[in-house]
Amino acid sequence: MAFKIIASQCTQCGACEFECPSGAIKFKGEAYVIDPQKCTECKDAFDAQQCASVCPVEMTCVPA
Amino acid sequence: MESAVWEKVKDHPCYSEEAHHYFARMHVAVAPACNIQCNYCNRKYDCANESRPGVVSEKLTPEQAVRKVIAVANQVPQLSVLGIAGPGDACYDWNKTKATFGRVAEEIPDLKLCISTNGLALPDHVADLCDMHVDHVTITINMVDPQIGAKIHPWIFYKHRRYTGIDAARILHERQMLGLEMLTARGILTKINSVMIPGVNDEHLIEVNKWVKARGAFLHNIMPLISNPEHGTHYGLTGQRGPKAMELKALQDRLEGGARLMRHCRQCRADAVGLLGEDRGQEFTLDQISDEVTYDASKHDAYREVVARERGDRAVAKSEATEMVKAAGSGKSLLIAVASKGGGRINAHFGHAREFQIYEASPRGISLVGHRKVEQYCLGGWGEDATLAGVLAALEGIDIVLCAKIGDSPKAQLRGAGIRGTDDYGYEHIETAISTVYAAEFGAKPLAATA
Repeated sequence: MAFKIIASQCTQCGACEFECPSGAIKFKGEAYVIDPQKCTECKDAFDAQQCASVCPVEMTCVPA
Repeated sequence: MESAVWEKVKDHPCYSEEAHHYFARMHVAVAPACNIQCNYCNRKYDCANESRPGVVSEKLTPEQAVRKVIAVANQVPQLSVLGIAGPGDACYDWNKTKATFGRVAEEIPDLKLCISTNGLALPDHVADLCDMHVDHVTITINMVDPQIGAKIHPWIFYKHRRYTGIDAARILHERQMLGLEMLTARGILTKINSVMIPGVNDEHLIEVNKWVKARGAFLHNIMPLISNPEHGTHYGLTGQRGPKAMELKALQDRLEGGARLMRHCRQCRADAVGLLGEDRGQEFTLDQISDEVTYDASKHDAYREVVARERGDRAVAKSEATEMVKAAGSGKSLLIAVASKGGGRINAHFGHAREFQIYEASPRGISLVGHRKVEQYCLGGWGEDATLAGVLAALEGIDIVLCAKIGDSPKAQLRGAGIRGTDDYGYEHIETAISTVYAAEFGAKPLAATA
């Protein structure tokens, strides 16, 4: 149960990194990556996944 | 203008038309994250050859930005303002904006700090802006009616959720008005940028102008929509057109008497460097900046002394010229395109100009009413006829072109399009030359040249 970022579509704006309530998103090497161990899909925190809600490109933060 | 306000704007090229002839700004692209989507913005776009808001070639960390600011300050003596204008939103991506300003203020204390924002997160940071002495804030406000807003801003991200449609536009509108009122209450000067979108908000901007004036906005800047299909924005892909130069001018003319208008905006990139009409950003990419840079104020101080003298001369020349045009009593007006590289003088060659500053001389005086961008058509001495056709199209509605040098061939082609081009006033003060032209046109006695 985790989300992932489709790197080829990502604009690397970094909004998801600071919106993520679990600290699961980091810039690694040349792309933002979601740590599946830390991602909770925002359950118990928010109604919708924060990364997907703030991402400027549709279908870029999606279920892994 | 009150003297306290003049002190704040006299060296800011965006807030003072007069200052933009002498002073330069730079933007550092430290704030890529944004909290709204606009139909005129494509967040993936990145191009070294495009000049428009939201476009950058290189995103910077605050540390990299500080190095870049110092390098530019050492080499561009005209630099007076550091702005953060995205490429996302400076207030939403706040930690990076704040870190950059904090470090720069330590290194170069007299550099003015300035931000541009969509306003959604603005009320949360007004106190910090005051503390950091940011005394110029630009808010992009395209509507005061959420029905219209919903056609421009498809969604916003606010308080941890995405809002769409009317709900999104209503929240955005309320936050923009709140932010503007908070800034006005604290004496921070505000500029309102509005994108003019024909058929969507063009008439509505008259209402926007009234609202922002009532809430203390210092300047209102109506900018034409840029929507080339190749930019990949929603408007570009759906065929929404931008306004023609004369449509923009007609709307701006209708707004005279409302909130003061900015008419010298060049819609610069989020990483622009230089005077408003030029972009030297490519000279200052990170790979050209050494790891260790130290601020050296010597060029900056020398330039300030020269400008202080030059400005005094120009102010006298301008006021004489304006009086002369008013006294001519002709009741007619002229639209004049000027090729200038700065300093308030006619000092660029016709074929080298990347833009023309557009002045109107009328019974109300002489004022800058806009600019027209053109492709340089003369590279290495040979003018290309194909590009000159583009220049002629860009000069639609213009009566006279003033430049430092113009060849016989382009002069003849201008004449064919009903435009007179001349280099008779090369290197003169812009307003002095315009008053002489106006007098010759409408039969009053001209001023002596003050070149």
